[in-house]
Amino acid sequence: MFQQLKKCITTGFLTEEKPKINDEWLIKSSLHQSISKAFGHSLAIRHVDAGSCNGCELEIQALNNLFYNIEGLGIHFVASPRHADLLLVTGPVSRHMALALKRTYEAMPNPKLVVAIGNCACPGGIFGETYATFEAVNQVIPVNVEVPGCPPDPNSILQGILTAVQYV
Amino acid sequence: MIGMDAIKLDKLFCDWPAWIGAIESNQLLDVILKIHSNQGQLLTLWGSDERLDHAKFQLHLLFFFPKACTLYIHCDLSEHNPVYPDLSPYFPVANRLQRALFDLFGFKAIDSEDQRPWLRHGSWPPDIFPLRHEVNIDYQFYQEPDYYPFICVKGEGVHEIPIGPVHAGIIEPGHFRFQVVGEHILRLEERLGYTHKGIAKHFQHASFEKGAHLAGRICGDSTVAYTWSYCMALENLHGCLAPSCAQWLRALLLERERIMNHLGDLGALGNDAGLRFGLDQFSLLKERVLRLNFKLFGHRYLMNSIVPGGVAVDFSSDTCSYLLEEVHMLRQEVKTLESIYKEHDGLQDRFLTTGVINFDLATQLGLLGLAARASGVQNDWREDFPYLPYNELKIKSQTLSSGDVAARVAIRFLEIEESLRVTEAILANLPEGKIIRQLPSVSSQRIGLGCVEGWRGPITTILCNSDEKTLHWGHIHDPSWQNWQAISHAVMGNIVPDFPLINKSFNLSYSGHDG
Repeated sequence: MFQQLKKCITTGFLTEEKPKINDEWLIKSSLHQSISKAFGHSLAIRHVDAGSCNGCELEIQALNNLFYNIEGLGIHFVASPRHADLLLVTGPVSRHMALALKRTYEAMPNPKLVVAIGNCACPGGIFGETYATFEAVNQVIPVNVEVPGCPPDPNSILQGILTAVQYV
Repeated sequence: MIGMDAIKLDKLFCDWPAWIGAIESNQLLDVILKIHSNQGQLLTLWGSDERLDHAKFQLHLLFFFPKACTLYIHCDLSEHNPVYPDLSPYFPVANRLQRALFDLFGFKAIDSEDQRPWLRHGSWPPDIFPLRHEVNIDYQFYQEPDYYPFICVKGEGVHEIPIGPVHAGIIEPGHFRFQVVGEHILRLEERLGYTHKGIAKHFQHASFEKGAHLAGRICGDSTVAYTWSYCMALENLHGCLAPSCAQWLRALLLERERIMNHLGDLGALGNDAGLRFGLDQFSLLKERVLRLNFKLFGHRYLMNSIVPGGVAVDFSSDTCSYLLEEVHMLRQEVKTLESIYKEHDGLQDRFLTTGVINFDLATQLGLLGLAARASGVQNDWREDFPYLPYNELKIKSQTLSSGDVAARVAIRFLEIEESLRVTEAILANLPEGKIIRQLPSVSSQRIGLGCVEGWRGPITTILCNSDEKTLHWGHIHDPSWQNWQAISHAVMGNIVPDFPLINKSFNLSYSGHDG
């Protein structure tokens, strides 16, 4: 126990500055400021892997580490779409995941913000429209912000989330 | 040694003894029996469509004999009625591989009791086989309602818990069907295939370069192992080797990938057992490794750093000193955290005797890689089939016998230490010279085999070219195919809240499995 406490103390404070918002990624921007007020500076996120390779998941998981400390910004991941303000979707949407993704989206309360993460989830990814996949998330559910990258680093993902809620 | 005197075998160009042979479909069962009785293991099976040129289908099987050789067998199947004998009584993993083969190619394992679909969930009709040449990749079919008959346990007090495909955490999608009494798990059935992206269809007619790019995006946490495996297969197909310096750098990147994933898993396992401290500390270390990857090699997960013919990374004396500094830091930090984990009674209480796979079961299921080693099975491609540069690095692969979550945790600690040692050895002995070479041209159709011990286990690639620039087909196999079977066994008799812990201790790939 002594070792554990010592380690906690010596680790220190490592959290870094949060990134700025990026309006270039914004697709639908009608909600803006009102949302930031409505959420009371707290945001609940539900993640759905719709056929990703697990690369984007690793970067989303990294948001929880001490460097990014996403919970320190009032953002946390929730286990149910019913509790979520924002949906993070990765992958091109494999046809086998389309129904589960739609149901998750429908289960969310308004305003149902959606951020698509990674090149596969944005139009023009390597998988394209095939017997097994859609071309991008926006073919299946409406998307507010698209964050490109393979995979996008945690700061870009955070930037995408902050852009979606204009959470300055 | 492998008892294959009856059929004519040729040697494949490869770092280890690798044999290839063609047999008739009526010989198949005899050959399988012989391989089985000589302790051969089925690594993977797949198909190809040769109707355009040869009016037939082909069934391909890849076996390995531990510490001896690999054996690749192909056999022609009729174009009108492609059937072959059921292999699952001898090799349990064949059950799912055969069902997947039927979904994609329509080859039927006759006599098999289990004919349920595996990778097809209703996105294409049961009489359409997407990997056949007449199905274009961009065909889209009407989505049929998905129905899958799970096996049910009936009795007083038995009830069913469905989980997934959307899970509570930030993880990949899959469905788990539990039959429980109270908290105790009687049975768990997995259903996978949700992330099927038609990778094998993309490989058909792909250029060699596009194939390498795609291989690195099948399973994001193992991108180094996948691309190396693909490039090894491609280089073997061309009958050449990457320059020696490139091989050593590939090993350096692979060990970094292993360290990075083990750090992440150790943190997550601590967290699943209620020790948030573990997650915080290990994810800090993992983030540091990722940041150094970005700084030195230009990508946090090292995607695109291995390319056909060599590597695409810069390496200087500065790189070396950064890496050595990190090795010292990691060795010290991991040692401290390991002793905290070992002394934490609450953690050990959750880890010990949870999710046990014993040696006999691991052998019977043909488990591979890390999961096999935690159950006492010697299985490490780096040691058993030493390819360049592991023949010089002399891996000391570790095995433990208890086969529980604690063993899979301990194996990760041991492997981090070994990977740090290997990193130092690579940095001390890195040969000088070119890091990339041009592949020679190939005039005929050939087969190339590659296999690399990723952090989960061996990633196997088999490629066949159609001309000097493009692939005819490609098949990549993830060890998760073998190891997913183990989870259903490991959870039996455990309680439902231990499932996440057991699942994480294997941390298998969904995307790599679904293809």
